[in-house]
Amino acid sequence: MRLPPGQYLTEDFPVLTAGPTLRVPTDTWEFVIVTEAGEKHRWDWQQLMALPSERPTVDLHCVTKWSKLHTRWQGVSLDVLLEGVDTAADYAMVHSYGGYTTNLPYEDLLHGQAWIAYKFDGEDLTPEHGGPARLLVPHLYLWKSAKWVRGITLMDEDEPGFWESAGYHDYGDPWREQRYQGD
Amino acid sequence: MELFSDDFTDGNALAGPLREIFAMDMTQAMGRCVNCGDEGPVAGLKVYTHAPGLVARCPSCEEVVMRLVRSPSSAWLDLRGTMSLRIPMPVE
Repeated sequence: MRLPPGQYLTEDFPVLTAGPTLRVPTDTWEFVIVTEAGEKHRWDWQQLMALPSERPTVDLHCVTKWSKLHTRWQGVSLDVLLEGVDTAADYAMVHSYGGYTTNLPYEDLLHGQAWIAYKFDGEDLTPEHGGPARLLVPHLYLWKSAKWVRGITLMDEDEPGFWESAGYHDYGDPWREQRYQGD
Repeated sequence: MELFSDDFTDGNALAGPLREIFAMDMTQAMGRCVNCGDEGPVAGLKVYTHAPGLVARCPSCEEVVMRLVRSPSSAWLDLRGTMSLRIPMPVE
């Protein structure tokens, strides 16, 4: 078993949140990708459920130093969602219900690295853990895996999200221990 | 969309962390929210502590008014949600 530097192992699933837990009904839920040209691609819950899903088993690394290994998820790969999206963007801003944001390079959404996840351990994702759907990008610190995800804006230029504008690292690679700006 | 099961504490949780930065107790400072314009003491904010930093929200409108991130070598204080802070000072 290998852990990134500075991390400790936990067996439970701590709940971290920058605000009140949101309950977003699936009948009004939608996910929107907006390209750098302003073109919108929209999915409602039924359309998301109709897409082919994957069942990744991944390790989670939170910047507050806990890691949880071998977590089992189900969700739609961003490769599927971005397939028909015409873009040359270099960056992406992820938006959540409730106003949370986080940024990452566009490339980090591709090649089997990112999912819109809606099941955890075989069960519907609970609101405490970001249900009905959250972004899952486990190769970056967990603040990048935005809970209650509602959309992604594709951008030519990088912009900082909620924590990235308050001292946290722009990229957040746990294996390089990129916790804070300057790390 | 509905908010529920808030896991926050009051603004007195900011007393120690802000005392690290300011030379006085900031919990009695009066802050005005950019979003809704309401004014109230820092001690009255809703503070979410189970997060990568401290997130203080306006008790009236829930918008973020203050974020405080403490790294080993820096304190990051983001006040973009606060229009002003009126800080009580000793009368000269």
